[in-house]
Amino acid sequence: MKASGTRIGLEVHCQLTNLKTKLFCSCSSDYRGKAPNIYICPICMGMPGTLPVLNKKAVEDAMMVAIALGAKISGEMLFFRKNYFYPDMPKNFQISQYDKAGGVPLALGGFVQIDGKGVRIRRIQLEEDPGKLSYEGTIESSTHTLVDYNRAGIALIEIVTEPDMSSPKEARLFLEKLRSILEHLGVSDGSLEGSMRCDANISLKGGKRVEVKNISSFKEVERALSFEITRQKSLIERGLGVGQETRHWDEVRRITVSLRTKEEEQDYRYFPEPDLVPFVITEEQTRDIERRMPELPDKRRRRFIEQYHLLPQSAEILTRVKAIADFFEGCAKLYNKPIDISNWVIGELLPHIRDKSIGIDELRITPKHLVDILKLMDDGTISRETARFVLQNTLSTGKMPYEVIEERGVKRVVDRDYVKKMVEKVLEEHPRAVKDALVDRKVANYLMGKLMKMTEGRLDPKLAGEMIKRRLSELSKSATF
Amino acid sequence: MKGKEGISRKEIEHIAWLARVELSKKELEVFSKQLNEILAYFAKIDEVDTEGIPPSHHVLDFSNVFREDEVESSMSEESLRNVPQTKGRFVRAPRMT
Ligand SMILES: [Zn+2]
Repeated sequence: MKASGTRIGLEVHCQLTNLKTKLFCSCSSDYRGKAPNIYICPICMGMPGTLPVLNKKAVEDAMMVAIALGAKISGEMLFFRKNYFYPDMPKNFQISQYDKAGGVPLALGGFVQIDGKGVRIRRIQLEEDPGKLSYEGTIESSTHTLVDYNRAGIALIEIVTEPDMSSPKEARLFLEKLRSILEHLGVSDGSLEGSMRCDANISLKGGKRVEVKNISSFKEVERALSFEITRQKSLIERGLGVGQETRHWDEVRRITVSLRTKEEEQDYRYFPEPDLVPFVITEEQTRDIERRMPELPDKRRRRFIEQYHLLPQSAEILTRVKAIADFFEGCAKLYNKPIDISNWVIGELLPHIRDKSIGIDELRITPKHLVDILKLMDDGTISRETARFVLQNTLSTGKMPYEVIEERGVKRVVDRDYVKKMVEKVLEEHPRAVKDALVDRKVANYLMGKLMKMTEGRLDPKLAGEMIKRRLSELSKSATF
Repeated sequence: MKGKEGISRKEIEHIAWLARVELSKKELEVFSKQLNEILAYFAKIDEVDTEGIPPSHHVLDFSNVFREDEVESSMSEESLRNVPQTKGRFVRAPRMT
């Protein structure tokens, strides 16, 4: 789906999940799976007379993100109130940042490289997450909303891009890269439900800009964008035109729906938050954080090529997700065969993760599992085919490879009598091939294939090859005399 | 700010919608008059020459007030007691669309 003149920009919201507390109060941020409203206090509930106090680590995390994305960190910053009447914030406003009316966000500019293309970052800022709404009764008939404010006030980092992406696929690549960067920084764990969400704006040639809100996970982004592009294209083709509007992504029906919002930017009446004093970041503080920056995906990719002699595309695939890169390096530390390990991770492990659509954190195996399998294969205990089988089995059971091998009796067979018996059986079953093989020895490979298939690849290939050869020459002798 | 032209009926209706309050015809008239009077009063500020004076967002002359990322007891039960309507542990609010 690459329509010419398609421009996509993203507004990504990531929770700083490594923080123990909220952005402006000391309530715990560990709200997942907890009872409603157990992490609320007079500050995040907006009681009169309370004062928010900024979490220092949140600023440091946001600075790390800004540095990683090559953005320019602002020297002095203010927080702004974004005013609106909606029960997801008890205060009737959200503390955010603003790039107008004298406001400066935490950082400006920046750049993310995807697939040989650059996506420019417009701004990076800190803000609060709103609470979570649910409906009393069914969504259609309910007259009341039930609110859980455990999430209200959690630190969010907002990253806004320029409209530099031209297809849903590029948007996905951008988000994957961003997630990998945030995970390498250790500031945000994308595998936690709802920790990364985004809004997208899309415009096609001949149409106005449409904003799509409520894309609750990165997986949904490609789907939502594809739908929206098809919808806009058909409007333009029918000469109806696309007007500027805000739409909502309906995850269940998989369509976008017009929001008919009457609120415009000026209606939020942004003004500087009087309860928070400005904060100033010195160049020295920035340099101090720069020194503490962990290795980022691009650097890690280059290191994989240099240190492990991986192909560039393998290194690229492995570093797209931090947990995958960690798994690979975990294996490479245990067994000095990085290229084999890389092939198995890319060829066997990743398809499994894709097919089952699970996260690598849901994998039931550790690097030791894979390394044990490769060692058993390399010392001849099991064949390559068996190694694949054992890996699949450990992936679904979490058992150690040697257990699977014992249980399933799939150890490579080196018993000469058994191999001989199997060779005779195969030759009996394929008399024509035997006849041909007597004339043309290359046909012996065909018989070898049949033999391995019959024994599920468990025979020692060297021994089996010798046995076939020997039996054929015996036959050719008896045929001559 | 609208200054001398004042604030229109339509704008009052929009502000009422933003605040999710329903106004009767009579209330609309009363509020139009009152808000215009207030705006006219504040319009005096526009007369001050602010050319070349930097905006002051804060009156306090200090910056960088931070807290460490350490969890403290939330006082959630006391906070919940201040909520006008609850259902179980949820805060109950009118539905808005
Ligand atoms: Zn709180």
